[in-house]
Amino acid sequence: MACWNPDIEMMSKKDLDDLQLGLLKDLVRKNYERSPFYRQKMLNNNVRPEDIRTLDDVVKLPFMSKKDLRDNYPDRLFTASKREIVRYHASSGTTGKPTIVGYTRNDIEMWSESLGRALRSAGLGADDVVQVANTYGLFTGGLGFHYAAEKIGAAVVPASTGNTERQIQMIEDLGVTAMAATPSYLIYVGEVAEKIGYDLRNSTLRTGLLGAEPWSDKMRDRIQNWLGVKGINCFGASELSGPLWSECEDQCGIHLWRDIALVEIIDPETGERLGPGERGELVITMLQKEAFPIIRYRMGDITMIENDKCSCGRDHPRMMRITGRVDDMLIIRGINVFPSQVEHCLHTNPEVGNEFQIIVERRGALDDMMVKVELKPEAFTDNILELNALRERISSRLRSSLNVGAKIELVPPGSLPRFEGKAKRVVDRREI
Amino acid sequence: MDHAKYRVKQLSIFAENKPGMIAAMAKVMRDNDVNILGFSIAEGAGYGVIRVIVDKPDIAHDMLKKAGFVVKFTDVLAVEMADRPGGLYDLTDMLSRAGVNIEYGYGYRNEPCAVLIIRVEDVDAGIEKILAHGARLLDKDHFQGSCTKRP
Repeated sequence: MACWNPDIEMMSKKDLDDLQLGLLKDLVRKNYERSPFYRQKMLNNNVRPEDIRTLDDVVKLPFMSKKDLRDNYPDRLFTASKREIVRYHASSGTTGKPTIVGYTRNDIEMWSESLGRALRSAGLGADDVVQVANTYGLFTGGLGFHYAAEKIGAAVVPASTGNTERQIQMIEDLGVTAMAATPSYLIYVGEVAEKIGYDLRNSTLRTGLLGAEPWSDKMRDRIQNWLGVKGINCFGASELSGPLWSECEDQCGIHLWRDIALVEIIDPETGERLGPGERGELVITMLQKEAFPIIRYRMGDITMIENDKCSCGRDHPRMMRITGRVDDMLIIRGINVFPSQVEHCLHTNPEVGNEFQIIVERRGALDDMMVKVELKPEAFTDNILELNALRERISSRLRSSLNVGAKIELVPPGSLPRFEGKAKRVVDRREI
Repeated sequence: MDHAKYRVKQLSIFAENKPGMIAAMAKVMRDNDVNILGFSIAEGAGYGVIRVIVDKPDIAHDMLKKAGFVVKFTDVLAVEMADRPGGLYDLTDMLSRAGVNIEYGYGYRNEPCAVLIIRVEDVDAGIEKILAHGARLLDKDHFQGSCTKRP
């Protein structure tokens, strides 16, 4: 089994415990000193750095949530000076305000170290050509895979998203062996290849580094059987750095390196810690980040952790498939979309009424989002061209706010379902 | 010139694009003893616009609104055309020479003449141009004559 950093990857459980506890103590002490935000949070929770004596003491620390990140936009949580920061990325925000993540040189180094180990464990190395078909730019996917693949000595094709026929041409011309993409985009590549008469099964492409959207074992089977591409599940989030972890070749859960992160599963209602094999909300503490500390951050993802040794010999915890979200976040073509964000954007149009409904479908391989919007009675005009222009205007406003295209349907006021309790505004018809 | 008498009150109804919507509209008309004289449907994305000319537009308007429809009045013109081959050509050729642009329209046969209902951008200018070119406009009493109020 290939390793990038065998000293840590193959470390015994006991040594990992010691390593992790040391890092946790350091982290808490540093942030207590450097982060006014975090010190205040700890004081509110009646906890001081010296209270962290064992790994289990992590539960004494306060949680961080997306709200903390948003309330402190853009850089009030940063614990590195502007001079020390070498890069920024941003996530899409729920209220039009994104989360900015800053990185020191060391943060970038740890990010690529973590994902580099992951790619190596998935069987990639210096002989590989990795085509990165994740978006480059503020989104962390593109550069995340780029740096990690370079780190382990692979050649990188920085293809970014789109231009699918060209992507296929590159696979052929450069002997691409792995592609980093959303699973649905890889399926789309397969469909386009089929259409132009190119058989991916006979190509050099063997590995798919897949993530950034929910997917299932059923979808993996399809990718593996139909395209002859091994589907490796990858995970990360922009708040944490970007894509950080993946499965190994044995494909039985994502290895979460214990020197990079301390991972917990909690009951999302009570906040209490759950044990291995119990399903709950994922909580992550990033142990070595410098610019933008993340301590007991509630990810919102519902999953479970297995702590037994993987068949590959690694003793790091493994995260199983994410089966849902605590909030109502949708992932459309790899982009996070909150219904509240859609609502906010719709209400900037004076013609639009209160109710709306989001319908998500998968057409072919790609997600299709449609938003039904109630028109206010006074905005109704007999002129279809004007109504169409209004529809276009709402649609383009939504596209620029969400970073993902959405079709708009105008419907009469009162025609969408009403709710007495919690509104159910999302109809997700995707089968994944 | 009395433009007002040529302005025919059409009802424009914003309807969801799903089975039963036209029937629901027509039921309101039936239940209120309103007769539909002219009728067309235009489709948008997820919605349709139903356009109707009825004998009692005010009653129809109020009752549709009460039934939950989004409805508004639109002034249209009713131009007579000859009920024979070439009738539509003669009329539209004349409208084109008169410089009248039709936004939308629909026709029906109405003994002894056929009628073309049209929506134009500037209704009063349209009336003048059409009359100046010798075409006949039906006045609104033809449709909505004696009883706009329920007796």
